[in-house]
Amino acid sequence: MIHSLFLINHLGDIFLEKHWKSVISRSVCDYFFEAREKAVDPENVPPVLQTPHHYLISIYRGKLFFLSVIQTEVPPLFVIEFLHRVADTFQDYFGGCSESVISDNVVIVYELLEEMLDNGFPLATESNVLKEMIRPPNILRSVVNTLTGGSNVGETLPQGQLSNIPWRRAGVKYTNNEAYFDVTEEIDAIVDKSGTTVSAEIQGVIEACVKLSGMPDLTMSFMNPRLLDDVSFHPCVRFRRWESERILSFIPPDGNFTLMTYHISSQNLVAIPVYVKQSISFFEAGSCGRLDITIGPKQTMGKTVEDLKVTVHMPKAVLNANLTASQGNYTYDFTTKLLVWDIGKLNPQKLPNLRGSLSMQTGVPNPEENPSLNIDLKIQQLAISGLKVSRLDMYGETYKPFKGVKYVTKAGKFQVRT
Amino acid sequence: MQEWANQLCENRQFGSKMTDSKYFTTTKKGEIFELKAELNSDKKEKKKEAVKKVIASMTVGKDVSALFPDVVNCMQTDNLELKKLVYLYLMNYAKSQPDMAIMAVNTFVKDCEDPNPLIRALAVRTMGCIRVDKITEYLCEPLRKCLKDEDPYVRKTAAVCVAKLHDINAQLVEDQGFLDTLKDLISDSNPMVVANAVAALSEIAESHPNSNLMDLNPQTINKLLTALNECTEWGQIFILDCLANYTPRDDRESQSICERVTPRLSHANSAVVLSAVKVLMKFMEMLPKDLDYYGTLLKKLAPPLVTLLSAEPELQYVALRNINLIVQRRPEILKHEMKVFFVKYNDPIYVKLEKLDIMIRLASQANIAQVLAELKEYATEVDVDFVRKAVRAIGRCAIKVEQSAERCVSTLLDLIQTKVNYVVQEAIVVIKDIFRKYPNKYESVIATLCENLDSLDEPEARAAMIWIVGEYAERIDNADELLESFLEGFHDESTQVQLQLLTAIVKLFLKKPTETQELVQQVLSLATQDSDNPDLRDRGYIYWRLLSTDPVAAKEVVLAEKPLISEETDLIEPTLLEELICHIGTLASVYHKPPSAFVEGSRGVQHKRLPGSTESGESESPDTASAAAVSDAPPAVIPSQGDLLGDLLNLDLTPPTTTGPPPPASSGMQMGAMDLLGGGLDSLLGGDLGGSPAIGAGFGAPPAAMPASFSAPVSGGLDDLFDLGGGVGMPMGAYSAPKTVWLPALKAKGLEISGTFARRSGVIQMEMTLTNKAMSVMTDFAIQFNRNSFGLAPAGPLQVLTPLSPNQTIEVTLPLNTVGPVMKMEPLNNLQVAVKNNIDVFYFSCQYPISMLFVEDGKMERQVFLATWKDIPNDSEAQFQIKDCHLSSDAASNKLQGSNIFTIAKRTVDGQDMLYQSMKLTNGIWVLTEMRVQAGNPVYTVSLKCRAAEVSQWVFQSYEAVLKN
Repeated sequence: MIHSLFLINHLGDIFLEKHWKSVISRSVCDYFFEAREKAVDPENVPPVLQTPHHYLISIYRGKLFFLSVIQTEVPPLFVIEFLHRVADTFQDYFGGCSESVISDNVVIVYELLEEMLDNGFPLATESNVLKEMIRPPNILRSVVNTLTGGSNVGETLPQGQLSNIPWRRAGVKYTNNEAYFDVTEEIDAIVDKSGTTVSAEIQGVIEACVKLSGMPDLTMSFMNPRLLDDVSFHPCVRFRRWESERILSFIPPDGNFTLMTYHISSQNLVAIPVYVKQSISFFEAGSCGRLDITIGPKQTMGKTVEDLKVTVHMPKAVLNANLTASQGNYTYDFTTKLLVWDIGKLNPQKLPNLRGSLSMQTGVPNPEENPSLNIDLKIQQLAISGLKVSRLDMYGETYKPFKGVKYVTKAGKFQVRT
Repeated sequence: MQEWANQLCENRQFGSKMTDSKYFTTTKKGEIFELKAELNSDKKEKKKEAVKKVIASMTVGKDVSALFPDVVNCMQTDNLELKKLVYLYLMNYAKSQPDMAIMAVNTFVKDCEDPNPLIRALAVRTMGCIRVDKITEYLCEPLRKCLKDEDPYVRKTAAVCVAKLHDINAQLVEDQGFLDTLKDLISDSNPMVVANAVAALSEIAESHPNSNLMDLNPQTINKLLTALNECTEWGQIFILDCLANYTPRDDRESQSICERVTPRLSHANSAVVLSAVKVLMKFMEMLPKDLDYYGTLLKKLAPPLVTLLSAEPELQYVALRNINLIVQRRPEILKHEMKVFFVKYNDPIYVKLEKLDIMIRLASQANIAQVLAELKEYATEVDVDFVRKAVRAIGRCAIKVEQSAERCVSTLLDLIQTKVNYVVQEAIVVIKDIFRKYPNKYESVIATLCENLDSLDEPEARAAMIWIVGEYAERIDNADELLESFLEGFHDESTQVQLQLLTAIVKLFLKKPTETQELVQQVLSLATQDSDNPDLRDRGYIYWRLLSTDPVAAKEVVLAEKPLISEETDLIEPTLLEELICHIGTLASVYHKPPSAFVEGSRGVQHKRLPGSTESGESESPDTASAAAVSDAPPAVIPSQGDLLGDLLNLDLTPPTTTGPPPPASSGMQMGAMDLLGGGLDSLLGGDLGGSPAIGAGFGAPPAAMPASFSAPVSGGLDDLFDLGGGVGMPMGAYSAPKTVWLPALKAKGLEISGTFARRSGVIQMEMTLTNKAMSVMTDFAIQFNRNSFGLAPAGPLQVLTPLSPNQTIEVTLPLNTVGPVMKMEPLNNLQVAVKNNIDVFYFSCQYPISMLFVEDGKMERQVFLATWKDIPNDSEAQFQIKDCHLSSDAASNKLQGSNIFTIAKRTVDGQDMLYQSMKLTNGIWVLTEMRVQAGNPVYTVSLKCRAAEVSQWVFQSYEAVLKN
């Protein structure tokens, strides 16, 4: 099981350590630093490392490494999932997961880690349960605590841990009862030079914000549940009901949670909302290059494409870009070689265009690689797969809640090759 | 102090956000002293703040252990937060202050009686984390109560506490009967308690591979499946992993478990999903393929695996490593999902490389066009490692999908035209493999390759190019010039290139002898006289001798037709794959190695295998079946006995995986032994030119058995090493049987072999007498074993250095090791041997006494002996009688000791001597015996216990043999 945890910042300093069994010396991290050195970019550090006596499993989140040390055979996914859960919990408690935030709240962090893992076994990882035992910091409470000597540790047994619905705390009360659901779909796509879609898939997620008193029992049904053949649910969802009726039936956790995620594979036809016409070329003589990018709407289902942004990772030899954008602004960062063109709203009547010349380092051979374009975009009020919630009903309580469903489509890893 | 107070005031005044970073501000001198004062303050609030400061210092690795007594004093409080903080501190420092930690015991014991279950649980939890021996004694009583607590929250915490305690003091846990209580908790009404009990038991079982802790039967399985639906995600992982160890009785049970596990595939936690996949992949083996449900299950497995790939990159990586195994075992699951493995340019490199590997595994005629287009795209990426692998992948596609070969070759040529140095080099390496697969088909590209000769600076690419030139020397007009140009810097080249150059020039000479005589002499003298590399020298001498004695034979050897290579070379060996499938989701699956090969602390070899489907023959043999059921009994690994000839000839190059890489010397030997069965080494090497130098050495080499008939310089290096093992003087003691005839001359064209086995100075030896009863001289002896139950293999070549003339007899001693491939034989101690000489290959089988496998460190600790004896169920006890034995018990014990059967204790009851003895086999199996000797009675009674019951009768045989001789 998980033996120890080290938090390491981007400079390679260990700023927090926690051991659930015997203490393991920090020097074990040297193997990690070695791998970190070799990987050049922090993203490329292999997540599972073997050392003579331990295994190091790490994740990279928010410029921090969460590095766990294990000694026996443990499912690595188990460890990685848990580390992400730790990072999520910090995010949830402190609104961020940076070194400064963690150092500011080190005692709560320590209390949380102790509560989340016992002897390497996960104990309480549900945010609801944790919050019952360790209250998150807020300005008001810390002031009051300071004045009155109050505590931020719950005095009661977390009831949720014992019931059959460990994710929900008992005795929830709200004056305004409301339940909101956000259906977010991200398009992951690779489009080749000629504009043909190489692969396209949709990652969908339904995030919920449920503030309902008592023990509400909700059902959600869809207009077209056939779309959903690859789904993963929050533990609260009754799987049998879904299998037989294609209805989501659940007692929700209190507050924010991810109800389900789904995946629509490239075997289905995935609509691609925009097309990109581009040409990027480098000339041997004169050490310069040309760039010309135009974006237009393709399958937008009549909605407006917003927050359009194009990012190009230029080859090393590109020194500067001298371009004109018909719409929006562009920046070129010389050190990271990132060209970012922030377009904004896509106007189908007047297509945005970016063109101009690139100045190149002289005396180096032409870049071999072709830079890929990364597209960001957002379409409000549309789930591009066509998924729609048809009904949302509540049982078990008598009040009338306020309900709402919002849809949004975004570009995930949307890449255009040149 | 002052500063601290000021800050507090400031915070009050402005109501600014209070953060814990304030706890770090007191860094001036005397900090400990100040904290001490604060800890002893009367004010509760001040105390708490002080403890917080102490904890903060502790988290960043500062030593605040000096405050131990002061912090412990704060423990007796009704403030839960303060209590928790003190507990945190205690856990960290109790180890360094064991005497002080005792002070805390009373409070713990009291807290374990608290009316609030949260406090009870907290107390028992913390107590378990204090890793001090003295405290653990006090822990037992409270723990016993907590395990039976009315509150499930306390019970589930206590379950984990048993595992903690076991880690500190295993004996105590067993003596106190906590393991039984823990087993009872598997039937608890609360699913969370069940999950934690399973988790604790699994952890304990890991350090006790032989104990039968997880007694899985249909009833417990049913309980686990019920708890599975209701416990937390982490609990589900523990339960699923535990389920995976169960072997269902039949396909119906298997199906019903699968049905109840499939809903887990839709879980949001990827670890749950992968553990469920493991259970399904394993139990699926038992389902008949024509069952409808089988097809349904296959379909259900694809979507969750695809979904894993949309998670965070770290999760993707582990998922991809596992998918790599799954597609090798059951390619049908993901055959339509090629696109999800297409690489995005901003994937981390470790994800890219894994995706690429899976793309090739999934490549087929149907999707090859798409795959090639992608690979070509990748070959223009930035990352050099990735580009190289992409180019290599194109070559693998050509070898895997025949229809695509032409297209692959033209893609590679396009890439060579880019003139990017590393792309060109990789391309040349893979084109060489393509030539090996499709000889005489794409030679037209050789001209293009030759153009790039000068730009090659990597050994592998140079060696590949040289191989091509040598192989097709007759079609390259200026082959001699090309090779000569390499020869100039011969001594600066790497071994791989040198060996290749040597072979290539010899090939060239055999093809165009007139123009290249000078060249070949030059290279032979470079290799034999000016080089100190034994591999190179050996090969040089062999060629030299071949060419000078029998050019026709040389031609046959050097220019022999090479078998085609296939994609099999990069597949995982099937038995290993089966084992890895049983370990899906574990570290083993990430490293693609069996856990025994690398997990520290996995005591004993704990192999798992897939349950056999109905048609496999081993269900007929009762002892294999029972061995398979006890998954941790090592003999269960042994695959069922196969066809002798098939196995002897079907040699695999995979080094024995169970024991890690063999010493280089023996690997060199294996190569030699392999050749004796015909088929050039090339066939064995597949396309893998780039292996270790030893492997490279085999490329195109003549049979390595040659050195045996050679004089001094050739048989130098390696053989000397083996001599060490063979020639040591033998201290007497171990019993060895007289020689018997193994291979009668009638059956072996005049060669008679008789022999016996012995263990001398810890080395197992096969002692043979070879007699030539034929009319002609025999030379070129070599020996090889078929896979056998204990992995016996020759540790060196057969030392027959001089030709055996008619009617001559020689004695040969062959040292053996036990790192060879393993397969269960019937009878267990059967050994099938192939011996080759210049006349033919002969096969015979013999049986070795199992006592030869008893190792020198087979003496068990008394306590371990007792515990193990109790632990092994009585039904695996065997009893034998040895009649007509007139030794006293001491004499018998001495005699047995000579054969590594150790007497651990002796007891005399009613004039009867009871000797307790233990021995250990080379593969780690322990055998425990009790021998009863009654003075004056010539009949001894031996009771024998062993987890691998099959060995009993052979052990008994050894007793008999040792005592009577």
